Amino acid sequence: MLSKLLRLACRAAAVAMALAMLAPVPVSPASFVVPDVAKAKAEGLVVFYTSVDVSVAERLARDFQSKYGIKVQVERTGSERVFQRIGQEMGSNLHVADVVNTSDAANFLVWKNSGWLANVRMEEIERYWPPQFRDRDDTFATWRATLSPIAYNSSLVKQTEAPSTWADLLQPRWKSRLVKAHPAYSGSEMTANYELMKAFGWNYLQKLGDQKVMQVQSSTEPPKVLSRGEQPVMAGGNEYVVFQLQAQGSPLVLVYPPEGTPFETSPAAIFKDAPHPNAARLFYQYLFSKDTQQMLVDFGGLRSVRAGLKEPANRIPITRIRLFHDDPQGVLKTSDEMKTKYAQYFGT
Amino acid sequence: MRVDLSRVLFALAALALVVMVVLPLGWLVVTSVSGAHGFTLENYVTLFTDATMIRPFIITLGSSAAVAIACVLVAVPMGWCVARTDMPLRRLVRILVMASLVTPPFLGAIAWELLAAPNTGFLNQVARAAFHLDRSVHPFNVYSVAGLTFVNFLYTFPYAFVFVANALERIPADLEDASAILGAHPAQTAWRVTLPLILPAILAGALIAFLQSMTVFGSAAVLTLPAGFHTMTTRIWSLFQFPPKPALAAAASMPMLLLTFALLRAQQLVLGRKGYALVGGKGARRTIARLGAWKWAALAFCGLVLLNAIVLPYGALLDAAFVKIAPAVPTFTNLTLAHVNFVFFQLDATPVALRNTMVLALGAATIATALALVVGYLVARRAVPGWNVLGFLANAPIAIPSIVLGVGLFLAYTRPPLLLFGTLWIMLIAFVTIEFPAAYQQLTAVASSIHPELEEAARLLGATPLRVLRDVTAPLMRSGIVAAWCFVFIGAIREISAAILLFTAPTRTIAVVIYDLNESGDTGSIAVLGLLLMVVTFAVLALANRVPVITTAAEEYRA
Repeated sequence: MLSKLLRLACRAAAVAMALAMLAPVPVSPASFVVPDVAKAKAEGLVVFYTSVDVSVAERLARDFQSKYGIKVQVERTGSERVFQRIGQEMGSNLHVADVVNTSDAANFLVWKNSGWLANVRMEEIERYWPPQFRDRDDTFATWRATLSPIAYNSSLVKQTEAPSTWADLLQPRWKSRLVKAHPAYSGSEMTANYELMKAFGWNYLQKLGDQKVMQVQSSTEPPKVLSRGEQPVMAGGNEYVVFQLQAQGSPLVLVYPPEGTPFETSPAAIFKDAPHPNAARLFYQYLFSKDTQQMLVDFGGLRSVRAGLKEPANRIPITRIRLFHDDPQGVLKTSDEMKTKYAQYFGT
Repeated sequence: MRVDLSRVLFALAALALVVMVVLPLGWLVVTSVSGAHGFTLENYVTLFTDATMIRPFIITLGSSAAVAIACVLVAVPMGWCVARTDMPLRRLVRILVMASLVTPPFLGAIAWELLAAPNTGFLNQVARAAFHLDRSVHPFNVYSVAGLTFVNFLYTFPYAFVFVANALERIPADLEDASAILGAHPAQTAWRVTLPLILPAILAGALIAFLQSMTVFGSAAVLTLPAGFHTMTTRIWSLFQFPPKPALAAAASMPMLLLTFALLRAQQLVLGRKGYALVGGKGARRTIARLGAWKWAALAFCGLVLLNAIVLPYGALLDAAFVKIAPAVPTFTNLTLAHVNFVFFQLDATPVALRNTMVLALGAATIATALALVVGYLVARRAVPGWNVLGFLANAPIAIPSIVLGVGLFLAYTRPPLLLFGTLWIMLIAFVTIEFPAAYQQLTAVASSIHPELEEAARLLGATPLRVLRDVTAPLMRSGIVAAWCFVFIGAIREISAAILLFTAPTRTIAVVIYDLNESGDTGSIAVLGLLLMVVTFAVLALANRVPVITTAAEEYRA
C-alpha cells in the first residue's frame, strides 16, 4: 500500500516536473515500449536463458530468426540452475543474458528486488494478460504456465489400477514404481511441491520419500521416463511434455486428482543491463505475441494465461480442473526449508 | 657472461605451478574456515556431525577402494597379455582399451543407463526373456552404489593398464634371463623379478584409479540422483545450489585432499629407496611368453572386459541415436534421424561447444605437457632446491575434486587484477591445473626410468641443463611425452566438473551441453553428441599419434 502511494507520488512528481519544464511533448507515463526493429537487427543477437523444454526453446529461436533475421542464443537448463548462474554472473558484473524465463516465479521477485530487471510496459501484455499474471511495475509477466498432474503409462498400468488421488501414490504397490523431478533443480517442481506441502503438510512429502521414488532433475524428464517404460507412474513432473509425447503416439495418460493439481506460472523478463537491449525488447514482444502463445499451446503442450487462445480439443480446459494456487511469495519463503527437508526425505 | 636460460625457464615453470595450484588451494583453505563473523571451525563441525555429509564420504571411499582393487586385478593380467605374450589381436585390445580411456565417464554412465536401468535396460530385458522372469525382477541395477562402482571401474582401469603395460615393456630381458639361467621357474621369475620391477607401475595405477573414482563427478551426477544417494562430489555440487555454501564445500574437500597427500606419501615410502632405472645406455629387448592354447582364454578375458567397457555401451548409444525412444530394438518402424537433425541443425550450442572443447583440449594438452616436462625433469633429477615441494604441488591438483578447484578458480579470477570469469582463459587454466598431474606422473615415471648416465655424459661434454633436457632426455622420453599429451587431451575432453561451474553461454563445452541435455532426459540427442565427440577425439588422437597411441617401447627400439 505504502509503495503504491509512493509510486503514485513519484509519477505525479514526474508529470509535474515535465509540465514545469514546458517540454514540447510531455512523456506520458502511460507510454508503451515499442521495440526498434532496425536497431534490434543491427544488434543481430539475443541471448535467452530459459528452463522450457529444449525442443520448444529451439523451435521458438528458429521461428524468431526466420521472421526477423536475428539469432536467438538459447541457454536451456533447470530453473534453479538458471537462477544460480544469473546470481553468479551478476555477482561478477558479467552481463550475458538478455531475456530470462524460469518456472520458479519466486526467482523474479528476487531479481526485481535486486533492481536487475528492466521495466517494459507492452500494450499486448496490458491488454490480454489478467492483472494477477503480470507485475504491476511491468518488470515481468507470465509467459507460459503448466500443471503438475499425476500421469501413467497405460501399457504398464491398467486404467482401473491407476492412481487417481495424491493419497493413492502412498500405497505400498507403488513403491519403487514412481518417478519424480527434483525441486532443487526444477522450478516447477519446487512450486508444485510447495503447493502439495501446503495442501497436505510436510508429512505427505516425507511419506512420498519413503516410496523409493526414482529421482530425476528436470520436470521435463519424468514424462520421458514414463514413455521409455522405465517407471509406470509420474509423481512429479509437468503436463506439457506429456502432451508432446502423447502427440508422438506415446501411451501416456494424465490424471487430475480431485484434491487439486499444482499450477505453475513461468514468467519472462528483460535484464536492465541486457547486452542487446533492442533485440531483447523485440524478442520479448515476440514471446508475448498471440502467434507465439498459440505455438506454445499447440506445439509445446503448455497452458497460456493470455485471453482469447484456442485449446486443442483433446485437452481438458484449465477452467475445468481444480487447481492449487501458485504463491511465489510463499515459495520464496519456504524454498530453503524445502531443499533441506526434501534431501532428508528423498536421500538427495 | 653467458646467461643460462635454463635457470630462468626453470624458475618460470616453478612459479607458474605455484600460482596455478597455490592460488585456488589457498582460497579453499581460507574459505573453509570463514564464517559470517570471521574465523570459524563451524564448517568442519558440520562436516563431521551431519549424516548427510558423512554418508557420502563413506560411500565414496568404499566405492573408490573397490574400483582400485578391481582395476589392479584386471589391468595387471591384461597388461601382461598385451605386452608380453603372443595373445592374438593384441593391437586391437590396446586400441579398445584406449577407446575406453577416451570415453568420458558421464557418457559411459548414460550408456549404462540404457543397458542396465532396472526396468528397461537392455541387459535386464534380455535376462528376463532368457530366464522367463517377471517384470518386477531387476537382475541388473545401474542406479546403485554397485552400479556406480562398476561404471567407474570400466572407465578407470585403462589408467592402470597403461602404467602396467608400459612398465612391462620397459623391463629388459636380461634380468629375467638371468633369473631363468640361475634355475628359477618362470612363475618364480614372475614373482621375484618381474612383479617387483612393475610394482611402482601397479601402485601408481591403483592410486590413480582410487583418486579418479573418488573425485569423479560426471558418472556420479548421472547415476546417484535416480538411485537416491550422494557421493562426495555430487554432495559438494549440491552445496552450490541456491543459496550456495562454498565454505562448507571447501571444508568437505579437505578430507579428500589430506587422504590423497597421505596416499602419495605412502607410495613414496614404499618405493623410495629402491632404484627403478630400467632404460640405460645399453640396448635391451624383451621376451614374449608363448601361451599355447591358453592364449584363447587370455583373449576371452580381455574380450569380456572390453565388451562391457566399449562394445555394449557404444552399441547402446548407437541405438539411442537412431531409434525414436531408447532403449528399443531397432526395427524399420522406430528408426529416425530426428536426433541427428536436432543436434546438427536445431541445437545452436553444438558448433560453439565443439569448437570450445577442441580449443581447450588442444591448448591444455600442449601447455600442461610442456610444463610437466620441465617440472617433472626438475623433480626427478632433484635439480633445484625445493624440488620436493615442487613435486608435492605438481601432484596436488589430483587431490582437489575439480568441482572444488572450480570454486577456487572462480573465487580467484572474478576479482581484479585477473578478471577471467566468462572467458575461455579461466577454463583453460582450470583444465591445465586439473590435468597437470596426469602429464606430470607420466613424465616423472618415464624420467626416473631413464638412467642419468646419459645426461651426465652430455653435461660432461659441456651442455647446459636445458640443452640436456632438449637433446638427450626429451628424445628418450618421446613416447612418454606423446602419452602425456594424449592423457591431458583426453582428460580435457572428459572434464565436466570444473567446467560446469566456470562456463558461461559463449564458453560452454560439449560435456556441459551433454550434462544439460541429460538433466532433461534427452537421451537421443546425448547419444548423437557423445558419438560426435568421440569421432572428433579419435581423429585428433590418431593425428597426434602417427606414433601409435600408446607407443610401445619395442617399436621405438626398432626405429
